[in-house]
Order: sequence, then structure tokens, then C-alpha cells
Amino acid sequence: MSRELKSLTVEELLARWPFAQQFLGDQGHENLTDQPEAVLAEVLDSELLEQLGDFLADMESFLGTSEQKVSEVTIRGGRAKDGSDESVRELTVKVGEIVCIVGPTGSGKSRLLADIEWVARGDTPTGRHVLINGEVPGDKWRFDSEYKLVAQLSQNMNFVMDLTVQEFLALHAESRQAADPEEKIQRIWSWANELAGEPFGLDTPVTSLSGGQSRALMIADTAVLSASPVVLIDEIENAGIDRQQALEILIQQEKIVLMATHDPILALMGDRRVIIANGAMSQVIEPSEQEKANLTELRELDARLMGLRHRLRRGERLDTI
Amino acid sequence: MRFVTVSGPPSSGKTAVIIKTLEHLKAAGRKVGVVKFDCLSTDDDELYQKNGIAVRKGLAGALCPDHYFVSNVEECVQWGLAEGLDVLVSESAGLCNRCSPHIREVMAVCVIDNLSGTGTPKKIGPMLKAADLIIITKGDIVSQAEREVFAARVRGVNTKARILHVNGITGQGSFELSTVWTEGEETATVEGKRLRFSMPAALCSYCLGETRIGSDFQMGNVRKMDLEMPTGTKTDGGPQDFTPGGGDS
Ligand SMILES: Nc1nc2c(ncn2[C@@H]2O[C@H](COP(=O)(O)OP(=O)(O)OP(=O)(O)O)[C@@H](O)[C@H]2O)c(=O)[nH]1
Ligand SMILES: Nc1ncnc2c1ncn2[C@@H]1O[C@H](COP(=O)(O)OP(=O)(O)O)[C@@H](O)[C@H]1O
Ligand SMILES: [Mg+2]
Ligand SMILES: [Mg+2]
Ligand SMILES: [Zn+2]
Ligand SMILES: [Zn+2]
Repeated sequence: MSRELKSLTVEELLARWPFAQQFLGDQGHENLTDQPEAVLAEVLDSELLEQLGDFLADMESFLGTSEQKVSEVTIRGGRAKDGSDESVRELTVKVGEIVCIVGPTGSGKSRLLADIEWVARGDTPTGRHVLINGEVPGDKWRFDSEYKLVAQLSQNMNFVMDLTVQEFLALHAESRQAADPEEKIQRIWSWANELAGEPFGLDTPVTSLSGGQSRALMIADTAVLSASPVVLIDEIENAGIDRQQALEILIQQEKIVLMATHDPILALMGDRRVIIANGAMSQVIEPSEQEKANLTELRELDARLMGLRHRLRRGERLDTI
Repeated sequence: MRFVTVSGPPSSGKTAVIIKTLEHLKAAGRKVGVVKFDCLSTDDDELYQKNGIAVRKGLAGALCPDHYFVSNVEECVQWGLAEGLDVLVSESAGLCNRCSPHIREVMAVCVIDNLSGTGTPKKIGPMLKAADLIIITKGDIVSQAEREVFAARVRGVNTKARILHVNGITGQGSFELSTVWTEGEETATVEGKRLRFSMPAALCSYCLGETRIGSDFQMGNVRKMDLEMPTGTKTDGGPQDFTPGGGDS
């Protein structure tokens, strides 16, 4: 583990293992928290790094989090529909990253997502292999509900249980055996309210939430309570929620976000974009400087449209826009 | 020939999942067939036929569909072999929560859907408890949280089975399921094999066609509810808890 730690900054270390603060304090390095950008290899000697690695491993096994902890997922390229080699040979996505998947209908977007969900071992139509933390994963990722790799959020999903928001979240927390459920419920509820814009109470029945409120609650709940490290988002463009903040919440909760979308704002918000053609990943691109600049403009456009919607709702005319 | 028994509550998606899954096996060049068991009527046989799947159906009528299943399963296996099938699937409507069609050494699948409510896994008994493989459907219309809660409830009832999520409409997960159906032992006959769960004796007078109500007409395996009546209420002196061979366990 010490090899892996070397390249992390102090900030990254503490984000991933908050209890590392205690170790730094015990070792007389509490002042390191004042230099969040410092790279560990430069501020700790190799012996201390090794001790830190051991400390973290012990804490993780004590907390029971080490096994589940997924820090990256790798897709090894297979073949396209015509049998030719997939152009992208390897794609690794780390926690906190957003990857968009684009391509025409029938090109193989869903198949790529299914390959990840099934942690393919060359045994799907694409011949792809999926690795977790660089290793070939075991069967538990395929068949054990506690180890499901992928959580899904899509436009068609609804709440069907006859429960209030509070009861619903408590039930989910209980089934996940989550620590400190009260705090988690409060956090999910307040985040969901921020995302939705139109506030709702903890005593609202989940089935009477509006579309936007439902989507907001689903995202906040998935971020905080879902066991799955990968979150798959399918076309939430019209969900009526703050999309940017939704993504930020997921990233902050150390999710890997994969998003099938053709919405320009969402697509440009991704760290990378995988282009699917003919059953294969044909290209992985990063947003260019120009695209990032355009994103600002797109957001302004979006905000204007949103403003027009509000005006319509208030019964105004749109003679001037 | 691989034999797979599929059961599950009505409308849970058994037919949809079987059709999507067998499509992958057909595409891989395997010969596939289905025997459908139901109570009074079913249109599933036409659906299978339309999808190019060899099919036979059996209607149990007044009998418990699972009892009817066991009495006919060996003949079905022989039909599958005579047709030269590589994979034979039986679909039974899980209408009897006391029974299950699952046979030892034959892959046992239970299909259950996310919409059926979190209490369902506990209620449906042996068909879920005795399964090797549990397919959860209709995940496309409920939230991630509900899927997780539901899967946890399923896990609570059956701690050993493999759990797979399949969408009966888009077929998502069905390719994965098809790879599981070709694992494991071949079945040449089920003669001499045993059911995983003994089927409860349904041997009261009503099983035999009695329609009149009243203690005088109740014979055989009859149990009376304890309604904790207010004291002083006149009770009718019929058979009390007469349960040969023990009650429900
Ligand atoms: N949304 C959704 N609908 C599904 C899914 N799977 C099945 N259905 C639908 O559920 C209904 C019942 O599916 P069937 O496959 O006929 O169910 P069954 O278990 O075979 O039903 P019986 O044989 O009558 O007991 C159909 O309308 C299917 O299209 C799924 O994953 N998602
Ligand atoms: N590399 C591949 N080789 C063979 N079949 C493929 C490949 N990629 C996708 N497919 C198949 O092509 C079909 C369409 O793919 P799908 O993922 O549903 O497309 P999309 O989600 O982009 O609309 C599916 O049946 C899928 O299994
Ligand atoms: Mg698709
Ligand atoms: Mg059916
Ligand atoms: Zn029965
Ligand atoms: Zn009876």
C-alpha cells in the first residue's frame, strides 16, 4: 500500500481515510493538514509511509471496509461487432471520476455498461475483461447482492413503497446496516432538498413526491447509502434538478460515475468521454479548452431557459425573453 | 440435456425472462424447449411458440399445480430428450406457497419481482427458500434503494442462492443468466431423484370435493384457528386441531 500512498496529496489521503489524521497527529505531523497540496512522498520518509500503510490496512480491516473498497475499475478492450479488435485497449476509471458514454442507438452503450455490471471475463459478446482495483474479481461481484458493482439511476424509476421519506430512508439504512442512520437520513434529506429546489418534508410519502423531488431523493440516497461503488446514470437530463450539484454529491461520496447521455451540458461536465461505435469503444476524449469555455455559455443558456420556465409557471407572457 | 426448474409468483416475469434467456442459447446453436405448468389456463405456450421455442403445457385443474408437476415431470424430461433438446426449462406458476417444484440435483430457479413488496420474499416459502438461483425482475421501474432493500429481504430468506437481476423487457442480464443455465449436471432422468421440499399433505374433506360448511363436514387434516373469543361465548364443538403427522413447520 505504501507504493500507492506515495503519489497521493495530504488532502487526497484524508479524503479517503479520514482516520489517517489520527496517525499523523501521533507521529508529530499534525501540521501537514495545513499543506493539503503536499505529496506524501515528499513530506514523509519511506519508513513512515510504510507504517502509515500498515495503520490504514489495520483500520480498514477493523472497520470491515477493506474488501468492499473499490478505488478503480478497468475495462480491457475486446472486439467490435464485426470481430475486429476494439480500438481502446484499456480504460481505467477511478473513484471521483465522471465518464460519459456517447454513441448512436444500437452502437453498444448498454452492452458496455452491462459488461461492467457483470464484471466480464471475456465471456460476453464483446470479449471484454473488467478488473477491480487492477485484479480479476471473484464471483461475489456477480451474484452477491451486498457486492453489486453498479447502482442505477434512470428516468423511468419510481418509488413504489407506501412509506414516508423518513421511514423509507430508515428502511434502506437498516437493510444496509449503516452506521449512524440518523445522521445519514438527515444528510440525504437536506441534500435532496437542495437538488430539487422545491422543498419537501421528512413526513412526505415517497409516492407523492414530484418527478424532480423523486430524482433528487434517489440521487442523494444512492450517494450516501448505496453499497455500489459505480453509479450508472441513464438520461436524467429532463429530471428538473440541479444536475451539476447532483454529480458533485456523487463524486464527493467517492462514486465512479458513468453517464449515458446526449445532453451537451452533462457530456461536457464529464472528465472524459467514451465514444462507442459498432459495438466497440472507438475513442476516449477529454473535453478541450474550447469545450470547457463553451460549457460556461451552455450553462448560461440553460439558466435562461430555466428562467423562462419559471415565468411561464407564474402565468407570465414571454414577449420579451 | 440440462434441465432447469423455474418457479415464481404469478406475473413475476418468468416467461419474459425464459424467452430472453433462451434466445441467447438458440443463438449459440443450442436446442431449447419449455414445459409450462399452470392451473386453469395459460397463453404462455403461444408466446413460446411465437418465439420459436418447442413447448408443451399441462393444466393442473383442481390439483395443486406443484403436486401435478411432480406426477408428470419424468414424462416431460423424456419428451425433452426425445426432441433432442440441449436445455429444457419448466415454468410453473407459483400459486401454492406451501409447495415448490424444485428437485435435488436439478438447477432450481425462482423469479420474483421488485414490485411484489418487501413482505413477499418471506411469504412465498419453499419456492424461494429451496432455489439455487434467484432472478429479481422489474428493477427498471423502482428506485435503487428499493432494489437494495428487496434484495436484502430475499437474501434474508435464502442465504445461499446466487442472485441475479434481469430485465424481462429489455433482456438486460439475460445473457449473463444464459451462461449460468449451461453450467452444471446433465439430466437423463429424474426417476429416483427427490424433491427438495416435501409437499404438504392436502388431505382434508375440502380437497376431496366437499363444499358444505360446518364441523360435521370437516374430516382429515383439519386445524382450527384460535380466535381468542371473549369468555362465555358459545363455541361449536368440532374437531380441535386434528393434525396427523404434525402441523406446519
Ligand atoms: N417493467 C418490467 N416489466 C416486466 C419485466 N419482466 C416482465 N415484465 C412484464 O410483466 C408482465 C408479466 O410477465 P410474464 O413473463 O408473463 O410473467 P410470468 O411470471 O410468466 O406470469 P405467469 O406465467 O402468468 O405466472 C408482462 O407484462 C411483462 O412484460 C421487467 O423486468 N420490467
Ligand atoms: N462488441 C459487440 N459484439 C457483438 N454484439 C454486440 C457488441 N456490442 C454490442 N452488441 C450487441 O448489439 C446490440 C445493441 O447494443 P446496445 O448495447 O443495446 O446498444 P445501445 O445501448 O447503444 O443502443 C445488443 O444486442 C448488444 O448485445
Ligand atoms: Mg441502450
Ligand atoms: Mg408465464
Ligand atoms: Zn401445494
Ligand atoms: Zn384441503
